[in-house]
Amino acid sequence: MTAAAPLDSRLRGTRARRRNERSVKAVLLFAAVLTVAISIGIVSSLIFEAFEFVRSVDLGRLFSAGWFPRRGLFDLPTVLAGTLIVTAVAMLLAAPIGLASAVYLAEYASPRARSIIKPVLEILAGIPSVVLGFFALTWISPNIVRTLFTESTGFSLLAAGLGVGILTIPLVASISEDAMRAVPNSLREASYGLGARRVTTSLRVVAPAAISGIVAALILAISRAVGETMVVAIAAGASGGSLFTADPRDPGQTLTAAMASLATGSDNVTGNSSAFLSLFFLGFVLFLLTLGLNLIGDVFVRRTRQVY
Amino acid sequence: MVTDADPQFDPPEDSTTDAAAGELVNQTLTAAELAQDQSSGRSPVGLHVARAPEAGANAEAPSIVRLEGVSFYYGSFRAVKDISIDVRAHQITALIGPSGCGKSTLLRTINRMNDLIPGTRVEGRIRYHEEDLYAPYVDPVEVRRRIGMVFQKANPFPKSIYDNVAFGPRLNGFKGDLDGLVESSLERAALWGDVKDKLKTSGLSLSGGQQQRLCIARAIATEPEVILMDEPCSALDPRSTLQIEELMAELKEKYTIVIVTHNMQQAARASDRTVFMNMAEDRAGYVVEAGPTVGIFTDPRNQMTEDYVSGRFG
Amino acid sequence: MSNSQAITVGVVQGSLRRRRVDVAGTVFAAALLLSLLFTLAVLAILVGDQMTRGLPVLAERGTDFFSASLSSRPAQAGIAQGLIGTAMLTAMVALLAFPIGILTAIYLEEYAPNTGLTRFIAINIRNLAGVPSVVYGLLGLAVFVALFRALGVGTGRNILSGGLTLAVLVLPLVIITSAEAIRAVPNTIREAGYGIGASRWQVVRQLVLPSAVPGILTGTVLALARALGETAPLILAGAVLGSFSTGGSLGDLFGGPYTALPVIVYDWARKPQEEFRALTSAAILVLLAVTIIANGFAIFLRNRYDRRW
Ligand SMILES: Nc1ncnc2c1ncn2[C@@H]1O[C@H](COP(=O)(O)OP(=O)(O)OP(=O)(O)O)[C@@H](O)[C@H]1O
Ligand SMILES: [Mg+2]
Repeated sequence: MTAAAPLDSRLRGTRARRRNERSVKAVLLFAAVLTVAISIGIVSSLIFEAFEFVRSVDLGRLFSAGWFPRRGLFDLPTVLAGTLIVTAVAMLLAAPIGLASAVYLAEYASPRARSIIKPVLEILAGIPSVVLGFFALTWISPNIVRTLFTESTGFSLLAAGLGVGILTIPLVASISEDAMRAVPNSLREASYGLGARRVTTSLRVVAPAAISGIVAALILAISRAVGETMVVAIAAGASGGSLFTADPRDPGQTLTAAMASLATGSDNVTGNSSAFLSLFFLGFVLFLLTLGLNLIGDVFVRRTRQVY
Repeated sequence: MVTDADPQFDPPEDSTTDAAAGELVNQTLTAAELAQDQSSGRSPVGLHVARAPEAGANAEAPSIVRLEGVSFYYGSFRAVKDISIDVRAHQITALIGPSGCGKSTLLRTINRMNDLIPGTRVEGRIRYHEEDLYAPYVDPVEVRRRIGMVFQKANPFPKSIYDNVAFGPRLNGFKGDLDGLVESSLERAALWGDVKDKLKTSGLSLSGGQQQRLCIARAIATEPEVILMDEPCSALDPRSTLQIEELMAELKEKYTIVIVTHNMQQAARASDRTVFMNMAEDRAGYVVEAGPTVGIFTDPRNQMTEDYVSGRFG
Repeated sequence: MSNSQAITVGVVQGSLRRRRVDVAGTVFAAALLLSLLFTLAVLAILVGDQMTRGLPVLAERGTDFFSASLSSRPAQAGIAQGLIGTAMLTAMVALLAFPIGILTAIYLEEYAPNTGLTRFIAINIRNLAGVPSVVYGLLGLAVFVALFRALGVGTGRNILSGGLTLAVLVLPLVIITSAEAIRAVPNTIREAGYGIGASRWQVVRQLVLPSAVPGILTGTVLALARALGETAPLILAGAVLGSFSTGGSLGDLFGGPYTALPVIVYDWARKPQEEFRALTSAAILVLLAVTIIANGFAIFLRNRYDRRW
């Protein structure tokens, strides 16, 4: 028992190290708390100002002739329709091209080809959206939109949608490629073993097995397209305001572009004017939309992980 | 994600002594009974073989780790129940039993590795030199410095061979001749000859058997008193396995070893004492029989033990 | 008998032989390849188009383009203020978002108890990463600009607001990539460390982090590349559109009006004069060079250190 006493004290460990461990943990915890505080800050400032807006305007103004914030007309259908059109155009381009690229990369490309093509796609993913906006305005619009629809003025939801589509191709391609590559090889071998050809295997075996990931890729791409700002702000054209339109060939306003143009003239819209507050209202609507999409996308992403 | 390495079981200080004393008496009684039982001799022939080494070892080998009624819970699942065994100094104690009976779990409670798994709980006492290892004031990090561990799959750090061995001493602020310590540790792990010219190369570049010996060298470089080994040879070829067994025989001069193994020959060849565990109906592991290895293998008192060591189940 | 055998052999041989043309298969593969080529072609056209318009400007103006201030006269306009702004914003992102992001990732992966709250925080962070960047601009406007105005730092529309906004914007990205890098370090390494008596911080600092560094680095460089190209949040957080003159003092630098390279691109892209188109392309070339180098570096790092355990 006499030998036990010093041992006992040694099993306690040194006070310095315990203090050290505690302070490390405190610093890390502080960082985590700060992160949480920031997210709470974002959401609560949005909610607060959006609520101010809803209180300050006559709700009838949310359904009026068009989106002209400086004249007190805040027609929600106008911006929502614009967003819907841009997103639809973007997905019509990005979904087929992105998915086909993914199938090619996952099922056809040699490892060598992959190792070259993938970085190029990643470079495309890294191109700032303001650059694509300019490209949509100065190249897509004259060379594609005006060739198809000669009466177009240069600014159009269509050109903006195509620009956004290009931006989301890499996103669709990389997430769905990951999903297809996660499909175990045994499934492919089983299919080939039955005498199936590569087309059949890709479309009938791999794609269905990866369907959750593919759906997730599309949903996340939609979310990205809904939130894309600069392409639309530059190429869609309606800087001050816009009348309601359902025609992709027209210039128009989206949730995000409306925010950008409000901010661009932001020297004029300050303080508690309803135009200024409408910025936050739009932001809140946008936040809810993308949050919903991301949550749904997340469910699908997790489902892919569970299967294998 | 991991939980805090706080003690998860803090017994009230005052009741400890009583319970412990009771347990101790029990323990002694059991041992005495056991001896009695054996000397009264259901199988006098086996008895002679079995008792000779144990009698000697018993007299001079004090228990260094003692488990008293230990149960371990993963959440609400009790993985082992009511385990009472002695680990004696400078002996090799083998833990055997069918897969899933809780050998690894039990081993890892001894150096509080299980503290790192959230939602786990220990009941009963584990004494190390009579100190309660799970007393609130005990720092699990200190426990692990004294009771080292070698894992089933060799897990060298992605660092040089030298840095692997020097890692533990450096943690402890070792001031002396580090090169010498690294050399002697590798020497004792029977690896020095293989690696003395490439101490700066990555530990991951070694063969499986060499990696496991590197892990042993790493464990002994911190000068622990007890080394826990969880199936250290399961991923090795027979030659490397024999090397490690020889190594253990040498190491027990200096250390106390507890080894989990599925290899009956290994347990029979290499260990002094054997603990045979099995699973109860509720999948909780318990000790069927514990005692000198020779006794367990040549004259098991329990039919289950006999079936297991002779390979008829498990 | 022997005749029918010969026929059977012939049929089997025939069916084993590769069919002459697998039309459907070839068309399908060609379609896939075409879509991929479409993407690559877009990239090539985009870069080529900017080059044809922008390179002459760069050639003609030379260093003047980089050292001149903003101006409404195309012949004199340059991107110096944008370069300074972008450099300062990048530095602020690195100084603020990297430490907080990496420390948060370490806490979540190595320290946080696995409770509902922790999982909620993790989900939260993942969703924050999907919030459109323009919404972060609102945060910058409502919180940072307002804060600096209240503190009396000019109008509050200064580079500090912009930098804080971008830092918050990339924070989730830094956390997610760092956490992934930390999670990729196998548990056996941690067990080995604990098994020889390392404390939690020793295990993290000396075993986990060194193995996770390449992944963390990749994530942070990607985050920087993202911050370099962001425009919308800066416009909301008060970056100036149009020209302004900068005083030389530190106070002006931090408290005065500011802009950044992508903001200049946006500003010029909206101008009606034809000359500004060429200037825009020239500025885009600079912006592309910077972001492609940053992204390329990240991709290189990842491929280089892509360790299989
Ligand atoms: N981290 C854990 N969480 C929950 N249950 C666990 C955990 N680890 C082990 N178990 C359970 O505890 C029981 C004992 O496991 P343990 O690994 O200790 O068995 P073992 O005897 O070492 O088996 P083996 O011989 O296969 O290594 C098993 O039922 C196992 O499923
Ligand atoms: Mg085990």
